[in-house]
Amino acid sequence: MSEVLATLTSVSKVYRKGKEEVEVLHNLDIEIPKGDFIAIMGPSGSGKTTLLNLLGGLDRPTGGTVVVGDAELSSMSNSQLSHWRSTNIGFIFQFYNLLPVLTAQKNVELPLLLTDFGGGERAKRAGIALDIVGLGDRARHYPRELSGGQEQRVAIARAIVSDPALLLCDEPTGDLDRETADEILRLLQILNREHGKTIVMVTHDAQAAEYANRTLHCDKGTLEAREAV
Amino acid sequence: MKYFGLIWKNVWRKKIRTLLTMLSVVVAFLLFAALSAIGYAFKGGEDAADAERLIVLDKVTIINPLPQSYQNRIASTPGVHSVTFASWFGGFYQDPRNQFAQFPIDPYEYFAMYPEFKMPQEQLDAWAKNRQGAVIGREIAEQFGIEVGDRIPIQATIWTMMDGGRTWEFDIEGIFETEDPRGSSAFLLFQHDFFEEARAFGKGTVGWYIIRVAPDADPVQVANAVDIQFANSPNETETSTEAAFAQSFAKQFGNIAMIVTLILGAVFFTLLLVTGNTMSQSVRERIPELAVLKTLGFTDLSVLGIVLSEAILIMLFGGLIGLGIGWVLVQGAAAAGGAMLPGIYLSPQAIATAIGIMVLSGVVTGIFPALKAMRLSIIDALSRA
Ligand SMILES: Nc1ncnc2c1ncn2[C@@H]1O[C@H](COP(=O)(O)OP(=O)(O)OP(=O)(O)O)[C@@H](O)[C@H]1O
Ligand SMILES: [Mg+2]
Repeated sequence: MSEVLATLTSVSKVYRKGKEEVEVLHNLDIEIPKGDFIAIMGPSGSGKTTLLNLLGGLDRPTGGTVVVGDAELSSMSNSQLSHWRSTNIGFIFQFYNLLPVLTAQKNVELPLLLTDFGGGERAKRAGIALDIVGLGDRARHYPRELSGGQEQRVAIARAIVSDPALLLCDEPTGDLDRETADEILRLLQILNREHGKTIVMVTHDAQAAEYANRTLHCDKGTLEAREAV
Repeated sequence: MKYFGLIWKNVWRKKIRTLLTMLSVVVAFLLFAALSAIGYAFKGGEDAADAERLIVLDKVTIINPLPQSYQNRIASTPGVHSVTFASWFGGFYQDPRNQFAQFPIDPYEYFAMYPEFKMPQEQLDAWAKNRQGAVIGREIAEQFGIEVGDRIPIQATIWTMMDGGRTWEFDIEGIFETEDPRGSSAFLLFQHDFFEEARAFGKGTVGWYIIRVAPDADPVQVANAVDIQFANSPNETETSTEAAFAQSFAKQFGNIAMIVTLILGAVFFTLLLVTGNTMSQSVRERIPELAVLKTLGFTDLSVLGIVLSEAILIMLFGGLIGLGIGWVLVQGAAAAGGAMLPGIYLSPQAIATAIGIMVLSGVVTGIFPALKAMRLSIIDALSRA
């Protein structure tokens, strides 16, 4: 067994809507080994996004503990979590969520504003990240001047620019055609295999899940492991 | 500041909207600059007034002259350091619209009484020797191209000459200026002796007296002592400090100041509504973007700071442009119409006040959108996206 990057121990998550309680996750135990590429599948509303939010320190569990690296997330304050996220987690969303007022280059530099790097160093690192995703020549383009696949590549560059260990992807190909989706998935695979990133990817697409090392099925608050096909 | 690029880009995310908002800020501060410069001109005389100087006027009305014999009696009043006099001539140069003031005075006494007026000693001496000589302030000398050695005519509106003529001619012997940027030098001074000799009526009188209070005396007590001396005489006096005198003059403009304040108030109230609306729209339409910033690790406080800075930046940017245009206009007006609007001046205090207002209204308009951005929950905002 290889080194463990993240551990969820009897994690539960309950949402309250007025008097109604919805238990989205129930006594969940997961270990995520370093360097793994995990796909999470499951019906809508089964708690996949909630799980990613817990792993990324965007939300707190109702019960149980979340440990990522050497950080115990539930014991950290909001601003501690913010600082931790900026260096430890890369987020990739279905709708890219780039800032429309910034160029690709400046979007990728955003997370580096939170570091001590000077302007030159920030530009250099963002340039490297854009090169990794194959968009070195689009640095000066604004999001509206890019295709969906290119926007998602910029978003991936932004996610890796501060060199986090863990990438959390919520339906990263949900808005892309088959061919573009495959390109993005191959890119994630390269990041996993050659750059050592641990990746947790939520997807509705069984073909996308095949790029992962293994697939977990999420349903009714529990996760169940299945062998990757 | 490394967030500046991000803040600046956010400010311009809707160019037309920001431009219109900015324009209203520019206009508001242009107005502020112009009005405070004009207000300064009205208040200028008051601020330039010297507390050590008293003005002695006729008690009944300002236009009643006082006997010249009062000068010695005032001079011997305890607490009076020195006393001189002046009168209102009320003529014009070339055109009735060129209404700079003229005063017949005693050259040496007058310049001793008003040390803030500077003129070379040799010009003062030359003037004192020439009964028909006069000196003018630099403001009007420049405006009308008058130089030392010129002979200029002044048309009298009140004072006819013994021969019935109304054209008084003067030899310009000197040009004086005032050191005080708030004071005006837009007037002409000529010799009272010549005035006394040549005028057809009113002989033996002067318009008012000016007293310099002795350094250890109380101006109010001195003023009372002077007035008591002339109580129950045909010409009772009313003595007040120069500042109070200027104030009573300025009171005539009190209504104007009130209106100006109301206009500015309305303008700035509108400005707050316009900018506040721009800011809250701007935050509302990019909630997902703000949530992304937080996801990337920007703290709640830095998101608050970013939004607040945007509001302040809009105000500062537009405001400084407006102030700059206002400054150019005021400089232009001061150069072109020095005699018409003496003392028009955009003071450092007015500029500081304007910048203070910019920052403050930036905070006022930005704080609620900024708080909204700060309190934004990432999960709610992103699931809405
Ligand atoms: N902030 C919230 N408040 C209340 N209920 C919530 C909240 N966020 C999620 N839920 C509920 O939790 C459940 C799981 O939501 P989640 O977004 O994790 O599902 P999901 O598996 O990602 O679904 P999808 O595939 O549609 O994205 C849903 O029933 C949802 O209504
Ligand atoms: Mg989801």
